[in-house]
Amino acid sequence: MLDLSYEAVMARKNEIMKKAVGIDYAVFEFGKIGFDYEGMMEKVAYSIPKMQAIQAEAKVGNTPLFELKNITKLVRKYSEPGKGARIFIKDEAANASGSFKARRAAISIYHAEKNGYKGAIAATSGNYGSAVASQAAQRGLKSIIVQEVYDSRKIGQPEILEKARKCEAFGAETVQLTVGPELFYVFLRLLEETGYFNASLYTPFAIAGVETLGYEIAEQVYSKEGKYPDVVVATNAGGGNLTGTARGLIKAGAVETEIIGASVDLSGLHMASDTDFNRKSFTTGHTGFGVPFTTLPDRSDVPRNAARVLRYMDRYVTVTQGDVFYVTELLSQIEGIERGPAGNTSLAAAIALAKEMDEDKIIIVQETEYTGAGKHSMPQLTFARRNGIEIRRGNPAENVPGKNIIIPENIGQIVVEDLEMKKLKRNYIKNAVGNKNITEITQKDLQFLKQDLKLQEEEVLKILKVYDVQVL
Amino acid sequence: MELATKNDWVEIENLILSPEERAPQLPEDTKAVPLKMWVKGFLLDEEAKIGDEVSIRTLTDRITKGILVAVKPRHIHDFGEPEPCLLTIGMEVRKELGNL
Repeated sequence: MLDLSYEAVMARKNEIMKKAVGIDYAVFEFGKIGFDYEGMMEKVAYSIPKMQAIQAEAKVGNTPLFELKNITKLVRKYSEPGKGARIFIKDEAANASGSFKARRAAISIYHAEKNGYKGAIAATSGNYGSAVASQAAQRGLKSIIVQEVYDSRKIGQPEILEKARKCEAFGAETVQLTVGPELFYVFLRLLEETGYFNASLYTPFAIAGVETLGYEIAEQVYSKEGKYPDVVVATNAGGGNLTGTARGLIKAGAVETEIIGASVDLSGLHMASDTDFNRKSFTTGHTGFGVPFTTLPDRSDVPRNAARVLRYMDRYVTVTQGDVFYVTELLSQIEGIERGPAGNTSLAAAIALAKEMDEDKIIIVQETEYTGAGKHSMPQLTFARRNGIEIRRGNPAENVPGKNIIIPENIGQIVVEDLEMKKLKRNYIKNAVGNKNITEITQKDLQFLKQDLKLQEEEVLKILKVYDVQVL
Repeated sequence: MELATKNDWVEIENLILSPEERAPQLPEDTKAVPLKMWVKGFLLDEEAKIGDEVSIRTLTDRITKGILVAVKPRHIHDFGEPEPCLLTIGMEVRKELGNL
């Protein structure tokens, strides 16, 4: 009889994963910390035309790109003369399951079916769950979605409850848990019990699946405007959205486009805390995921995370919860499209950024998500009020995550805060060497760090010196 | 007392880790409470009441056991209450646009 205790299952982690993902990550490893990222993406994932075909067959991709003319007009009212870039939005809610996550799931589930898996399991409380469920439904695979849903009183965010409902609507089994990273133990047990595919968010398939999004943006903007976008803003949590989009833009030729990551500022709230859990009005796209995944990408549920934002991200900015609720309202009230608030994190950032850009520039908000009961500003604010959060109009600069939500009085008050890129890169290296007590690395590791952090060699060497790491 | 009969759509609860068994790196508030799990499926027992240990067949055809906590569980999330801080935004910005 298999030992199902926490310790025993965690000790079998590597063999369970290998069987459930079917990728031998070891062949890409080298040195002390490096691995062949591009080699892995090339050998394991699929080409753009192949993925476009897979996605088209599964009701994914080719989503519309809309210019937000009224929002742009409003932005110019709050900009210096000549400033106020044109804002466009990629309407990813048009994908089969209502978000860009369908792109990732389409490739993962195609791959699972091709390799003879009877079902797929994903650990996610986000839109990816219903994306996997929707794709599995189409290919005749079973799906189990393991979700962190409730605090210890069995109270859950309306947004997460809605995502669970949607998974079930597509025929998935939802396994719902209270707060805690030991969700991973339950996840491993289910993989072992069922022999299903680990439809992780972080495999090369799942990341490459987003490349078509960046590719479409480049092509759509080019065909409308005769140039590539100046800036693309991507909401950043686990990193897949930004990484995949950036790779797709580059593959299409849009190599000069500035890539900006945006997260909702939830600093001060602990992600594994039972009491903080329901003090957040955003369950994803926030700094609680974005910052740790940026500085330690391999903390994911596969040995090597294919989402590596520091390779691509030029700037990383935060906005407040109140900003996002405000712009969600703008999108409905003056643009006539009602979309879920979480996906509008990058819209809030784009509005702030557009104010500083010349008016002939183009800034792209690269996703939207579906809306509905629970996944909507009103139930989220109702829930926040019930949890003792103060909600008022005012200047979002007074925002304190977990204490209040301040809805701006006008878009002039929406500004971004820059996270310091240098510090994020320093922390990445600190984590990479510190977690394994590494004191020396190879030349190949050094080359890997240069690419993984988009830094010059001397900059990497300078940081390594701070942590007493020698290059052999 | 709520009763369920065979093939009813039900929800079961399992205790996965007691507070003593929880991972060491957790914050104190989480470490003080158990890790619980809920799964839904069709009841396999002939009859059961809330609190009984039962078996269910899930949507993926798994058979699993746990304590019966709900019979025909509903999704009860909704569109919330009208939020005063949001209700006037549309009027405000349309006015601003009109004045441009």
